[in-house]
Amino acid sequence: MNVIKEACKTLSDLWSLMVGLKVTGKYFLEPQRTVRYPWKAVSNIDTFKAHLVMVPAKDPSKPKCISCGMCALACPSNCLTVVKRKAPKLTPEEEKAAAEAKAKGEKVKDKTPKDPEKFLYDYTLCSLCGTCMENCPVGALAFKGDVYLAGYSRKDFHFDLVDMLKNQAKIEGLDEAAAPAETREA
Amino acid sequence: MPAELIRILIGLVAVALSVGLIGLVMVWVERKVAGHVQRRPGPFEVGPYGLLQPLADALKLVGKQLFMPDNADPILYWLAPVLAFLPVLLLFLPLPVGDGLMALDINLGLLLILAFSGLAVLSLLLGGWASNNKYGLLGAARAVAQSVAYEIPLLLSVLAVCFVAGSLNLATVVKGQGTWPWNWNIMTQPLAFLIYIVSALGETNRAPFDLPEAESELTAGFHTEYSGMGFGMFFLAEYANMVVVCSVATALFLGGWNGPILPGPVWFVLKVSALMLLLVFFRWTYPRVRFDQLLNINWKWLLPLAVANLLATSFFVKLAQFSEVRW
Repeated sequence: MNVIKEACKTLSDLWSLMVGLKVTGKYFLEPQRTVRYPWKAVSNIDTFKAHLVMVPAKDPSKPKCISCGMCALACPSNCLTVVKRKAPKLTPEEEKAAAEAKAKGEKVKDKTPKDPEKFLYDYTLCSLCGTCMENCPVGALAFKGDVYLAGYSRKDFHFDLVDMLKNQAKIEGLDEAAAPAETREA
Repeated sequence: MPAELIRILIGLVAVALSVGLIGLVMVWVERKVAGHVQRRPGPFEVGPYGLLQPLADALKLVGKQLFMPDNADPILYWLAPVLAFLPVLLLFLPLPVGDGLMALDINLGLLLILAFSGLAVLSLLLGGWASNNKYGLLGAARAVAQSVAYEIPLLLSVLAVCFVAGSLNLATVVKGQGTWPWNWNIMTQPLAFLIYIVSALGETNRAPFDLPEAESELTAGFHTEYSGMGFGMFFLAEYANMVVVCSVATALFLGGWNGPILPGPVWFVLKVSALMLLLVFFRWTYPRVRFDQLLNINWKWLLPLAVANLLATSFFVKLAQFSEVRW
């Protein structure tokens, strides 16, 4: 009985070989799933997570960022450094007013601009985990950088995102200025 | 006699040319099929449809430096690739491509093929042994165990067909078969055909029986240490062996040059190409078997089946002869 059982099992195993050939034969005839990259880019390149950039506020050259430093605190790779702006130097009258307000027990309004002076980002360390974006209270970070980024040394990947945003705004502004009015409307 | 000699010389030149061409074409086919099965394009950059890719590969192989590891046996080391390649040329001589179109018309053609294809194992053994490399040695040991085992069912399945045809000359076997598929030997000997194909995979070290060069375990097995054309010769010999195996299968089981409308040689080449394509598909479909499975398949299944098939065939052949005499 055992022999017969084993023989039957072998025969059914032989059938599985046929099934395997059917599968590869089917795939052989189906269209390819790969894209011939240098000649053709993938259609959904916008969904590609490139490096971090800052989301601009209403003014396209100013980041939304409020320099709270939550991103740098949360970053597991320690690739972010937020450099806050220094408080602006007060004129004598303002200083006087502030002292008076303090004496009265009122809260002095901080005049320091909230956007960071520098937002240093080391792309060589970044693992693109997105924890910084999750921890940002104002949604000032996004993965929208250059997909085709390349460089000659590690230093090419140490970015200041504030600078980057300014340059980007400048380039876009130039583009807009260069383009004729009709196309802008379109 | 000189006429016979000239015929063999012309045949040898034609065989050498076609082996080179087959090597190039098969590299392309293999990579294209592998690509499409995995839904990639395969080579497409060099030439139209990547057709010149194997030529570029061959040029690269020829241009590479030939290395020999320390303490390797120089004579055996360099003898092995030559020994792998040269007998293969001889195997093509008795293959009947068309009616009367064979380089060497001898009545023991099949025996010549089987005898000289056995030499391939020796070259693998020498190459693996002389490399002074553990992977090479293991690959060689596997190659010997495998080839020795798989030669037996191969011979027995071939023998069953030869009993029916009453000849070891491939041309005679082909002439005994008709034009249409139902006149071919595969209809009377399906089991022998199955055993032959499986053992042929084992004999030529093709996947899923490519244990002597299992890259995940032995880097490259017996040809680990070979670079440039040393490796190229082994590579070429593998493809040439495949062609021989498929040609013999075509002549024995698939009616050889017999076929409707088209001329004989075209049919022969078509059938061989179809079989080659099937072997390539096998490689990209089936995972490699384990070594114990490999030997179990052979000793527990192929060998007993082949023996039973041979006994049954000889019984019926004798029965037919007996009844002819009586009639």
